[in-house]
Amino acid sequence: MLFLPADTGAVSVGADDVAAAIEACSISQALDVRIVRTGSRGAYWLEPLLEVATPAGRIGFANLSAGDVPALFAAGVPTGAHPSCLGLVDALPWLRQQQRLTFARAGIIDPLSLSDYRDTGGLAGLERARALAPQAIIHEVVASGLRGRGGAAFPAGLKWQTVHDTPAAVRYVVCNADEGDSGTFADRLLIEADPMQLIEGMAIAARAVGAAQGFIYLRSEYPLAARTLDRALHVAREAGVLGDGFDIAVRLGGGAYICGEETALLESLEGRRGVVRAKPPLPAREGLFGQPTVINNVLTFAAVTEVLARGGAAYAGHGVDRSRGTMPFQLAGNVTRGGLVEVPFGITVRALVEGFGGGCASGRPMKAVQVGGPLGAYLPESQWDAPLAYESMAAIGAMLGHGGVVVFDDTADMGEQAQFAMEFCAHESCGKCTPCRIGSTRGAEVIGRLRRGESVAASRALLDDLCETMELGSLCALGGLTPMPVRSVLRYFGHELVPAMPAPLGEEVPA
Amino acid sequence: MRTADDEVDTLRDLLSGAEAGSTPLLPLLQAVKQRVGHVSPGAIRMVAQALNLSRAEVHGVVSFYGDLREAPVGRHVVQVCMAEACQSVGCRALMRHAAQALGVSAGTTTSDGRVHLEAVYCLGNCALGPAVRIGDRVHGAVTPARFDALIAQLGGTA
Repeated sequence: MLFLPADTGAVSVGADDVAAAIEACSISQALDVRIVRTGSRGAYWLEPLLEVATPAGRIGFANLSAGDVPALFAAGVPTGAHPSCLGLVDALPWLRQQQRLTFARAGIIDPLSLSDYRDTGGLAGLERARALAPQAIIHEVVASGLRGRGGAAFPAGLKWQTVHDTPAAVRYVVCNADEGDSGTFADRLLIEADPMQLIEGMAIAARAVGAAQGFIYLRSEYPLAARTLDRALHVAREAGVLGDGFDIAVRLGGGAYICGEETALLESLEGRRGVVRAKPPLPAREGLFGQPTVINNVLTFAAVTEVLARGGAAYAGHGVDRSRGTMPFQLAGNVTRGGLVEVPFGITVRALVEGFGGGCASGRPMKAVQVGGPLGAYLPESQWDAPLAYESMAAIGAMLGHGGVVVFDDTADMGEQAQFAMEFCAHESCGKCTPCRIGSTRGAEVIGRLRRGESVAASRALLDDLCETMELGSLCALGGLTPMPVRSVLRYFGHELVPAMPAPLGEEVPA
Repeated sequence: MRTADDEVDTLRDLLSGAEAGSTPLLPLLQAVKQRVGHVSPGAIRMVAQALNLSRAEVHGVVSFYGDLREAPVGRHVVQVCMAEACQSVGCRALMRHAAQALGVSAGTTTSDGRVHLEAVYCLGNCALGPAVRIGDRVHGAVTPARFDALIAQLGGTA
């Protein structure tokens, strides 16, 4: 039996061509092979990664191209002795040093096989939830300490409790699968590798709060994930995982980053422009169509299956401070061994980018690491020993966000990155509030002036003012957090933004 | 080549199942774009009428979402990811190359109508950048030479 990912990342570097070459080879050599198209293990630096089942376990052949296949299969199905052979995939340090709870099945099972899912522990959480009273399910989630993995890190149990306690005839469960941050791909990876886990997690949430209808709002940039999800929902319905009092519909986004913000997402689901709503009321009280709504990210729902299967206390046993459980970090950008690294909270930036990542793919020195997506801080080497957890990141003026970690080498122009942060906000602003709508455009202009060395002192003062206005006056996190990458560049790379800028730039950290 | 009559037929077909208040607007507009390629002012009028919405309201939705467009573009939409992870591995240079090779700037279509080039912010292939999407296919680790090869594989001129 052969296993080859059909994941977007693997396919983007030729996995489908490898599959076709293997099929052609198996016909011409009359080999009896079956290729299972899995999701990816998230070891993107090894893709396309072919795995061959042997009595000792699965052995891997990395970075294959279609041209490698004839030689690889020259003596039948390969079992080693080829330059691309990695040995047992499970024994790779990069994977062995991870602690995979949510991504334990990724790349291993057939994503659309419910029996594969069940055989690897799937559905145990839902079965347990079906034997519990709704309030008891919520108690487990509260006990787990699980916080929303989408970025805002709100305690999931508290949200569910609010939806449960709000009187209403109709309640909804909505999955925010609009993962728009650059450097993040965990939602996509999970949907393509293990969609049943998301479906199971949403079914558990529906039981906990008494919802009959769920929606998955998936970004349109993920066509392959959309196809996998449609098929998985069909399988789940046929098998009765869904359909008995709860069903899920998939809605595609329209290419608007702001729709990842939960209230903008709800507006979009209701068919309108994705303009943010003022909070309160919280969606847990008045969400989709004005009804109490559980809205969580893909990874949050996925984590819930584990919480229910093994108990909230077991999940809470991982992590540090109030950052409980594991976090799937996404190691991206200019990095040698990029991919998904699921470990307990508290790993340092350095352990991630140097240990797992192996430094820059370009072979040049690493210069900056942006943590938490386009609204996250750029950290210089002096900050790489900070632990990756909600509290410790906040303490250095950074944030974890959706767990994206993007590596830059020493050729990066940090002034350009700061300007881009404002330009991105201007591009993606929903336009409802003035600080974000206008501040972002003015911010890009001011940074442009600074980079050209024009009226440096005045521009610098103006930029500080503008950042503060955006932080305090914006309706949502887009405008409110765009100053974070900008301020981090000013603080740590200010000499690069404008060589003539007067020092010091202040070590203040926003509260 | 699709004619205006085809478009009206397609719209009638799509709208026949749609009723005011029961059909979500965005999925309907996405279906129109999927089938027709864009959402023309005429389509906006028909959708508004069918769903009992104002034209301004429908136009507001069409203009808000980057995926929807009111006018047709080239036969092949080529999206170059310009977000941070791809920036760190040279997408700015790749976009410059793409623009030069195609003789267009980002957001415009080649004069023969063959290729529409645009910037996109994150294709979710951040560990294998620079990423380029053509149609529903994402390509990773795209070098300028690979970009040229991908463009050469696209169907002939319009």
